[in-house]
Amino acid sequence: MTNNGTTKKRRSPYLLLLLLIPFIATLYPDFYNTTSPELGGIPFFYWYQLLWIILTGILMGVIYALKI
Amino acid sequence: MSIDWVALSVFIFFFALVTILGFVAARWRRGDLNQIFEWGLAGQRFGTIVAWFLIGGDLYTAYTFIAVPGSLYAKGAIGFFAVPYTIIAWPLFFVVLPKFWTIAKNRGYITASDFVRDRFGSSTLALLVAITGILATMPYIALQMVGIEVAVQQMGFNAEVALVIAFVILAAYTYYSGLRAPAMIAIVKDTMIYLTVIVALIVIPIHLGGFDKIFGAIAAAKKPPLILSKQLYAGYATLAFGSALALFLYPHAITGVLSTKSREVIKRNAALLPIYSLLLGLIALLGYMALAVPIKLGPGQTSNNAVPLLLSNIFPSWFAGFAFAAISIGALVPAAVMSIAAANLFTRNIYKEYFRRDCPEKEEASVAKLVSLIVKVGALAFIILLPSATATAINLQLLGGAWIIQTLPPVFLGLYTKWFHRYAMIIGWIGGMTAATWLAVANNYASLTPVNFFGTSVSLMPALVGLVANLVLCIIFTPVFQAMKVAQGQDGTTPADFEQEPVAVPAAGD
Repeated sequence: MTNNGTTKKRRSPYLLLLLLIPFIATLYPDFYNTTSPELGGIPFFYWYQLLWIILTGILMGVIYALKI
Repeated sequence: MSIDWVALSVFIFFFALVTILGFVAARWRRGDLNQIFEWGLAGQRFGTIVAWFLIGGDLYTAYTFIAVPGSLYAKGAIGFFAVPYTIIAWPLFFVVLPKFWTIAKNRGYITASDFVRDRFGSSTLALLVAITGILATMPYIALQMVGIEVAVQQMGFNAEVALVIAFVILAAYTYYSGLRAPAMIAIVKDTMIYLTVIVALIVIPIHLGGFDKIFGAIAAAKKPPLILSKQLYAGYATLAFGSALALFLYPHAITGVLSTKSREVIKRNAALLPIYSLLLGLIALLGYMALAVPIKLGPGQTSNNAVPLLLSNIFPSWFAGFAFAAISIGALVPAAVMSIAAANLFTRNIYKEYFRRDCPEKEEASVAKLVSLIVKVGALAFIILLPSATATAINLQLLGGAWIIQTLPPVFLGLYTKWFHRYAMIIGWIGGMTAATWLAVANNYASLTPVNFFGTSVSLMPALVGLVANLVLCIIFTPVFQAMKVAQGQDGTTPADFEQEPVAVPAAGD
């Protein structure tokens, strides 16, 4: 923190709603419960969810960096 | 089975290495280990990287690394719920845990139960939270031994002898070094696990002719199912959601989080810990690779043996020994943190609260050390002495998850509101515990229980059904107690305690 944290800019807490995206993407199996398209031989069901691990990590990183 | 000496030698070498580390750890970021704050939370000094290894190594246990691929091996797609579970865990972690850390730091809490006592002014509710934590943790420690057991058996060595040796070592350095020991060992252990998995994921698919061959073999055999049947949708989602809610209520998770030095460390880790989830997701696929080989289970073996069998089948002895050492050491880290967490709960919220109000600091630390020993000996005796102990431990761990989630209203919702009446939460806890336990037992410890919803039957996670019952009771009885003018507990916290960044790290030991 360059500004000693005293005048830390606070963005809208509503941006925290972005954190709901991973819930929607992974807790509704109808979105991804299929074998095709495959990626490198891995059925969609598996690579889609593995991809969401990475996307969630990136999302969390962005939210942290923006100091929401 | 004959002993695989090459594998065993590699295994013993790494085990000896971490044993030395466990004792050396006492001197690391030195503090006065006669204080429970130093012994049980390592003086709250851990930065981003150490916290990443400690929390990751603590939550993604050895048993997980054995059981998740085992579950895919046996049951197919439903076992993959561990992936959405460990995805949504991190947004929850990001929102809730920095707040918990802040209040704990400002008010000097060591356990979740400390918070509940202060926030709701109810030692009964705090006691229930502490007992739930200890009960949920015990079978989890026992289960870590299952991880060591299957790895050691695969090398042809006597599992019971190995377990006794491993746990004497574990108990000794935990007693001596406290939370610093698993933190230091976690760094070695996770490096070994990452190495094992990366090698396995390159070598095994090449060996088997690529992922299309692996999945093709399972599709051709028509079992286990590679995608979910419609009936399992709700089950899949509730298992993931409920497990994620329960995860950070476990005492070992709270202990790991409270050992960090700032809330920034926790937030940063919310973005970094998904790397472990990726590791877990890839390890899960080892279950399918075992099916594609095909690996057949021997008499008396369960799906938990699938991955060790696969590793022995594919790799030369020395590398298999390395992988088994990684799994076994992987069991020691969570076992150590869990026993420390249970010991902190007992000391702070049962011993000090009910037996020795004016217990001096030094006695607090020595009681905690002693209890951490008793907890481990208990778990060891359970696994070795009880027939079919493994199956019982698995069932009890499932119950443990259903129990710990019942502490959500006072612990997590308590961070946001003090609206709930303390007695309503006690009633909610009783109702939730009863419902979740009954559903689990009545369904013979199946991970899903059929629930009738307006004529259609859906499969749900028992823990979550119990939590809903718990919350409903909390919401109904709070206005009832208010109307009866039953006093709310005295809230010892102020709103500022939840928000302020604590000014300075306490000077203890510096």
